[in-house]
Amino acid sequence: MKFRLTFSIAKSLLLARWKQTLVAAIGVTFGIAMFVALLSFMTGLNKMLDGLILNRTPHIRLFKEIKPNEKQPVDVSNLYSGDYNFISSIKSADSRLEIYNNGFIMQALRKDPRIRGFVPRIVAQVFFNNGTVDINGIINGADVQEETRLFEFSQYIVEGKAEDLQNIPNSIILGIALAKRLQVHVGDMVAITTAQGERYTLKVVGLYQSGINDYDRVQSYASINTTQKILGKANNYVTDIAIKIKDIKQAPVMSREYARLFETDAESIQTANAQFETGSSIRLTISYAVGVTLLIVAGFGIYNILNMMIYEKMDSIAILKATGFSGSDVKRIFLTISLSIGSFGGLMGLIFGFLISRGIGNIPFTTAALPTIKTFPINYNPVLYFVGIIFSLVTTYLAGLFPARKAGRIDPVIIIRGK
Amino acid sequence: MENLTVLEARHIYKEFHDPITVNVLSDISFSVHKGEFVSVVGKSGCGKSTMLYILSTMDTDYAGDLLIDNVSMVKKKEKELARVRNEKIGFVFQFHYLLNEFSVLKNIMLPAMKLAQHSEEEIRERAMQKLLMLDMGKLANKKPNQLSGGEKQRVAIARALINEPHIIMGDEPTGNLDKKNSEIVFEIFQRLASEFNHTLLIVTHDGSFAARTRRVIEMEDGRIIRQ
Repeated sequence: MKFRLTFSIAKSLLLARWKQTLVAAIGVTFGIAMFVALLSFMTGLNKMLDGLILNRTPHIRLFKEIKPNEKQPVDVSNLYSGDYNFISSIKSADSRLEIYNNGFIMQALRKDPRIRGFVPRIVAQVFFNNGTVDINGIINGADVQEETRLFEFSQYIVEGKAEDLQNIPNSIILGIALAKRLQVHVGDMVAITTAQGERYTLKVVGLYQSGINDYDRVQSYASINTTQKILGKANNYVTDIAIKIKDIKQAPVMSREYARLFETDAESIQTANAQFETGSSIRLTISYAVGVTLLIVAGFGIYNILNMMIYEKMDSIAILKATGFSGSDVKRIFLTISLSIGSFGGLMGLIFGFLISRGIGNIPFTTAALPTIKTFPINYNPVLYFVGIIFSLVTTYLAGLFPARKAGRIDPVIIIRGK
Repeated sequence: MENLTVLEARHIYKEFHDPITVNVLSDISFSVHKGEFVSVVGKSGCGKSTMLYILSTMDTDYAGDLLIDNVSMVKKKEKELARVRNEKIGFVFQFHYLLNEFSVLKNIMLPAMKLAQHSEEEIRERAMQKLLMLDMGKLANKKPNQLSGGEKQRVAIARALINEPHIIMGDEPTGNLDKKNSEIVFEIFQRLASEFNHTLLIVTHDGSFAARTRRVIEMEDGRIIRQ
């Protein structure tokens, strides 16, 4: 049967009962609006909280760990090659923290299409001198531009400018808690002593707040060149390569691959932060559960209204069948009614959901842990809207299916003879 | 042309099983030829309406064989039967069964739009012709609930005619009408048979109606006693 005919019959039945139809559609609208608003808010919150860890954590970190050599002399010796050799209490040899051949590694990484980007880093253990007290700290040598691109570095600068690290020689950005302990402000000088005993004076050009206080108490940032200078190393000295890849799920596999290929240690984000996904997935599940519940309630509303409509329109259904409409034609008419309610209610729901999430997004929300957040975070992901409209169509389809099947099975003889 | 069989019933039996088995129809056999105006009469409960619904393909729960245009309806699926009703059978019931949501014209157009052999414009044109033929041209754009009982029944007849059916079936089409309107409806049927060579099979208990048709089938207790 032509769709236009189905649609025009469905439309006239709908309009004949437009008040009930509207109530049904409002039910769907409410369900979808709450679904979209709730999920926008929840995923926004999740994204922000995950961002606390994810933004800073490389998907794969290449580094060189100081550890005992895996091939001890006794294993290499021909004399004992047929024996089982047990050695206890092996000590690490004094080896370099530097990643060997890092120029070559970076060249290879640049060509790898799976990678979004990487930054070389230097980690230096230092003491910050505060009068007679030395405070333990870490200076991260970093390329500010790339760090900002890949790890949203500049978002966490609460005072000063990230670029000054590159522009002003011998400069440093301190964690905000560290700066407080040292009693320094932007523009002040701070003295450090390296592990090797060298002393340097650096200018504070910015303060950094990550939202994790433990982190802010020890971490500081300097440019790569400055850090190399502090450590007295050549300009190819790099201790870490932080990699961001396109598909985070590939990280464990790729990290093993790189460890073998580059003969370094490699750690994936999944091993470094095994638990971070749990909270997000639970929050997401709860939001979906609430949204789906709302839609099911709306679905029952539609089911009721269609059932009522079928009882009211028995005669019309009977005559349609008597004049040559088949059971499936009638079924299609009622499914069209249900889906029209679903798509209309769903679209309205998307609009209202968007407005509600806009409203939530304007509510002020400040917390010391999250310097850059001023209002509640909202995720305006189109996927949510897509899922919302699909959900509304699926629920209304299912709600309409049973009444429609019933309508399709109505025996016209019984109706017509009953008169 | 005159002896073309439009509808043929062969030994049709029907039983109701609730609460006890009752024979409603037994051994119904007759045929209707093109252009015939047949009425079926009998007392209330003699099975004439039951028979009509079997002949109309709406009721499929029976034994025996039913042929429309020499094609058996017994093995056909629901969808195919709907198609047969749409294309070959026109219905007029005791109650008009017009859809109040649609205009008179649209009500008449619906079966033809389902058949979809002509464009919507053509169907509108044809529906208008049917209305004019029944002298109801000016009611085309009214809603059925604005019409009188007699007018509604005439619209129902126009609806039955829209697909040029091979046979028109009526179940007490004048049962709800007063004498004057009954007369009008009968005259329309008469005209359809004589002028347009339509085939009609009308169930009625109105003796004077039946007396004026060309052929009368009389039923009693589920059997045909005279045809």
